[in-house]
Amino acid sequence: MLKSFFKEVGEYCLLMRKTFSRPDNWRMVLKQVPTEMVKLGVDSVGIILIISVFMGVIMTMQVVLNTENPMLPRYTTGLMLRDTYLLEFSSTIMCLLLAGKVGSNIASEIGSMRVSEQIDAMEIMGVNSANYLILPKVLGLVLFMPVLVTFCVALGLLGGAGVAQFTDLITMSDYIYGIQYAFIPFYFTQGVIKSLFFGFIISSVSSFYGYYAYGGALAVGRASTHAVVNSSVIMLLADVVLTKIMLT
Amino acid sequence: MIEVKNLHKSFDGKKILEDISAQFLSGKVNQIIGQSGSGKTVLMKSIIGLFRPEEGQVLYDGRNLVDMSGREVKRLRQEVGMLFQGSALFDSLTVLGNVMFPLEMFAKMTRKEMEERAKFCLTRVNLMPEKFGLYPGEISGGMQKRVAIARAIALNPKYLFCDEPNSGLDPVTSLVIDKLIEEITEEYNITTIVNTHDMNSIMETGAHIILIEKGHKAWEGSKDDIFTSDNKSLNDFVFASDLFKNVRKAVNNK
Ligand SMILES: Nc1ncnc2c1ncn2[C@@H]1O[C@H](COP(=O)(O)OP(=O)(O)OP(=O)(O)O)[C@@H](O)[C@H]1O
Ligand SMILES: [Mg+2]
Repeated sequence: MLKSFFKEVGEYCLLMRKTFSRPDNWRMVLKQVPTEMVKLGVDSVGIILIISVFMGVIMTMQVVLNTENPMLPRYTTGLMLRDTYLLEFSSTIMCLLLAGKVGSNIASEIGSMRVSEQIDAMEIMGVNSANYLILPKVLGLVLFMPVLVTFCVALGLLGGAGVAQFTDLITMSDYIYGIQYAFIPFYFTQGVIKSLFFGFIISSVSSFYGYYAYGGALAVGRASTHAVVNSSVIMLLADVVLTKIMLT
Repeated sequence: MIEVKNLHKSFDGKKILEDISAQFLSGKVNQIIGQSGSGKTVLMKSIIGLFRPEEGQVLYDGRNLVDMSGREVKRLRQEVGMLFQGSALFDSLTVLGNVMFPLEMFAKMTRKEMEERAKFCLTRVNLMPEKFGLYPGEISGGMQKRVAIARAIALNPKYLFCDEPNSGLDPVTSLVIDKLIEEITEEYNITTIVNTHDMNSIMETGAHIILIEKGHKAWEGSKDDIFTSDNKSLNDFVFASDLFKNVRKAVNNK
């Protein structure tokens, strides 16, 4: 168990070294980055839109309804929503979601190329397959992460504003005051920095499981499960470490 | 010419190949034949370098693959084309894109020259121009094989490997593919190694044949020697069916 864990870590590191070595042909690798950005990033906008708005609505209602304490100022709701989104939701929760969608996509795509010998075919041609297949995905997703984070925060706050607008749980002015109260810009930077790490974890870990998917369609299915589960766990561990480093 | 000397390969302590020595001649279709599980694919992959043999040498015109550095192997690979059992075309690229791929990666040509070269290769394997824009999923298995051959020869390889080029094809299409491989081999003086257990291919194109039995080389010769050889392993392999027994009788009584 422990031995196979270390073996995997070792294989992962070797694969990353191969991925980040100098490409045989820069143009061929870079050419794919925009495509991957669309496939992994832009195509995830829809699901992130739905989740961010609804969670914004739900969290606003929950906070209002469950903290009916006269000691708490009325701007608490907006403040809590804002900081939750900036610090955790836009990076960690959104990336857990992405791990499910993007991670399984990457692992099954690379995995099916492995089992149908397409990766061997590249290697025989003398192409660095890891570099050609994985690097554009990592770059595409990581570079698009800041956009997704910004988008997610904006939509969450919009969800909260919707609650203020359409219900009488909280007034718009309290809400607006709340989301502006004691704003620390670094919280946003922190979310973005974390998301860059998470984007890297999702794309590289999922690629790793796909790349080593030996043995037919079953192996591809197994690879995509491993990709989702393990990249989620690794992301949470990384979250603890990054939060500790950045907030203290 | 590719020369294999005293090659040994085992997996987890289990010997798969034992002391194989053989020569594969240029401008000829060299076949590796043998029963399922005898080690043909392992031999081929050891020659290409996808597996690392424990012992022995693999000489590509005198250059030993086994002790080359990573960079040297990469350079050698550009002289190698391979046709995989399942074609292994890139799903995300069109037929033309597949053949362009190795050119775009390595050839120092303008885009127009690449396209011309790719189209030339596709025409050489008798593929209709109207198929060039389709994706691998949209063409038949036989056409996929042809595209794979075109891709394998795009960079003018000196060495061509084919792992069971006609598995999953009907006898007529198989023959077309076999003939195509033979023609290309002779036309461009390529050292071609074909891995097969199809008797049709063996009798049609086997210019130089190596029979592998349980990891040993059991026989070496050409298709013309098959009916006259009294090698036991060869006879057990070739004349397993009554049809071929009768053919042998007819040939030898003539
Ligand atoms: N990667 C591997 N790890 C362990 N054993 C292997 C591996 N590849 C092949 N073998 C073993 O090597 C032996 C020879 O296999 P090989 O694939 O070379 O057979 P083959 O002659 O190509 O058969 P077929 O005609 O069915 O393709 C088999 O017993 C197989 O189990
Ligand atoms: Mg085989």
